[in-house]
Amino acid sequence: MRPAIRIEALAKGFTLHLQGGVGFQVLKGEALTVMPGECVALTGPSGAGKSTLMRCLQGNYGSDAGHIWLAHRGAEVDLAAANARLVREIRRETLGYVSQFLRVIPRVSARDVVAEPLLAQGTPRAEAEARATALLTRLNLPPRLHGLPPATFSGGEQQRVNLARGFAPHYPILLLDEPTASLDAANREVVIALIAEAKARGAALVGIFHDIEVRDRVADRLHDILPLEDAA
Amino acid sequence: MSAPLLEASGLDLRFGAVRALDGVSLDIHPGEVVAIVGESGSGKSTLLRVLAGMMAPQAGHVLYRGADGAEHQIGALSEAAKRRLMRSEWGFVHQNARDGLRMGISAGGNIGERLMAAGGRNYAAIRGAAADWMARVEMDPARIDEAPRNFSGGMQQRLQIARCLVTEPRLVFMDEPTGGLDVSVQARLLDLIRGLVAELGLAVFFVTHDIAAARLLAHRIIVMRQGRIVEEGLADRVLDDPRHAYTQLLVASVLSA
Amino acid sequence: MNAMPPRNTPGSAYNFAYLDEATKRMIRRAILKALAIPGHQIPFGAREMPLPYGWGTGGIQVTAAILGPRDVLKVIDQGADDTTNAVSIRAFFAKVAGIATTTRTAEATIIQTRHRIPERPLTEGQVMVFQVPMPEPLFRLEPRLAETRRLHALGDYSLAQVKLYEDIAKQGEAGTSYNHPVMVAGRYLMSPSPIPGFDNPKLHNSPAIMLFGAGREKKIYAVPPYTAVESLDFDDHPFRPMRAPHACSACGSTTSYLDEIVADDQGGRIYVCSDTDHCRENQTP
Repeated sequence: MRPAIRIEALAKGFTLHLQGGVGFQVLKGEALTVMPGECVALTGPSGAGKSTLMRCLQGNYGSDAGHIWLAHRGAEVDLAAANARLVREIRRETLGYVSQFLRVIPRVSARDVVAEPLLAQGTPRAEAEARATALLTRLNLPPRLHGLPPATFSGGEQQRVNLARGFAPHYPILLLDEPTASLDAANREVVIALIAEAKARGAALVGIFHDIEVRDRVADRLHDILPLEDAA
Repeated sequence: MSAPLLEASGLDLRFGAVRALDGVSLDIHPGEVVAIVGESGSGKSTLLRVLAGMMAPQAGHVLYRGADGAEHQIGALSEAAKRRLMRSEWGFVHQNARDGLRMGISAGGNIGERLMAAGGRNYAAIRGAAADWMARVEMDPARIDEAPRNFSGGMQQRLQIARCLVTEPRLVFMDEPTGGLDVSVQARLLDLIRGLVAELGLAVFFVTHDIAAARLLAHRIIVMRQGRIVEEGLADRVLDDPRHAYTQLLVASVLSA
Repeated sequence: MNAMPPRNTPGSAYNFAYLDEATKRMIRRAILKALAIPGHQIPFGAREMPLPYGWGTGGIQVTAAILGPRDVLKVIDQGADDTTNAVSIRAFFAKVAGIATTTRTAEATIIQTRHRIPERPLTEGQVMVFQVPMPEPLFRLEPRLAETRRLHALGDYSLAQVKLYEDIAKQGEAGTSYNHPVMVAGRYLMSPSPIPGFDNPKLHNSPAIMLFGAGREKKIYAVPPYTAVESLDFDDHPFRPMRAPHACSACGSTTSYLDEIVADDQGGRIYVCSDTDHCRENQTP
């Protein structure tokens, strides 16, 4: 079977031009392979680069060197070398991302936030809305909130909207950044079930889980990221 | 992937000693929203006008692929052909509504003019389309016979957008469409534009100095400085992982963009 | 022109038809060009005439340029042969060209007119000369002359259509009862001069030559015989020529264009044909 994700010799650093051009390296020679149906948890001390790797994997950060091969449209494409349009296409069809915080778009209802990626994939509106409603309901978001913009929701409610948006389209690759951080026990169970279902479907998952219990229940493997020695 | 809708290469334009455009090359694909950001004088508005065929570059060319599949060198088009394009497959939303609207003509007449220019000769159909578009840009269709001067700045921009979109263009140029409006009005307008662009699958070149607006609307961001593209790429990457010193400065000067 | 043209009206202080031959040639060239590009305004070097602008200086120069010794001239003002302006212009050409004049449409070879087209259908060989105060049909819509020229060149007349839209939106119908713009041969938008809309259909496919002269604005334009002339309108609001819904008090015509005349101090009104020759013909069967 072909890997869903194959990271090779990935390097990522930053140059802060506003601070006199000081540069620092976060990732170097990073390698990671994830197979379909597998869930890998990123571990390591805070500041070591877990979030940076996640952002590189999502295309949100550019990579300085190395490759991020993703199984996309039946072939391996290198996200690290993809142009903006290809990244958008990969995100639309292949790569889902549940961030810690919901980037709220004013005046768009929770249901539409969740339905949006489905619509972008060409799902008919009625079906997209039905799936959005079902998933929000499963995540125990009260129906009266479905039609409201999430701007005024609590952190936990926004997180659930975010989760629904990430899980609704059944992406082959899903990135999870602290997916259960602000959830109660019941909803944590729902997320654990959703992850299990995604794995059963053959999705490859990469996550950062601070909740050790959740991590141990969903992750097949841990991938440790250690801080680089000061590389200046 | 589809062929680009519009491609520019090697655009140069000097105003005396000032290099307004210095070797600018870019493209846009169908359905893509590209923000051109930079401070005043960076050349971003000049670039928009050159792309839209409203100004001629001193070097370089702009190629547009029409709905009929034919390729057009914008610089080689007759003025008549350019006008036809600007009133059918293209649209231009000006920062100042006065530049994009006829202030003495009713809202309905303003929206209908593009249909009439395209050969529309059915009064009821033109009026119906105008009312429909007023509703789509969240204006009260009952005000169809009022002149733009009766409307607020935000409403005038909505009217301009309706006038622009009524012929279902493929490519829209927007020059600071929310500039000069109150912040709350800006947000609602951006929201509206975002919805319409997604719904209609429009390709949009969108000039702004508002980083937050670029994040909300754009798929891709082009950062201009002193007539040159200093950075270009996926919108969230340019904003979250800016490489060039100037982009870092632009991003840093906005709180929580 | 180097050579002085021959004086062909011996004993007169004026050249034939008042204008010198060089000027007439210049105007004829403009007329020929106007006929070649139907509806397109041709600039010409309008001369000072012995009457003020607004009294038909453009029309008189066109008439003077095309007049020949065997022509028979009719001049009407708002349809009437007997108003001051019509009488003066007729007398002027009788004096400076020695040509025959008439009030009968059927007999005339040249009909100079202000604001009407005769009711009697025109025939081949007849020439209508219109006095035009403002030749530019986009005048009130686009104040910049350079821009109006560009719009004509591009055939971009949506602005005129928008004006029509506004009239219908505000008044329920097209607001121009006279000088309603027309498309000539499907290409140029043209002002028909301030004729009533009622007369617009008479321009369409007419066997006669239609010449338009604007003295102050120094423009000549034309509609050659058998040319399509269509009034601007909407499919669902077609152009409708209007006339007062009455019969002529003098001849009883129910089809001619009528003038409204206040008949007494009590506000009583009568309606009579604006075309005096037509009315006279109707009264003498």
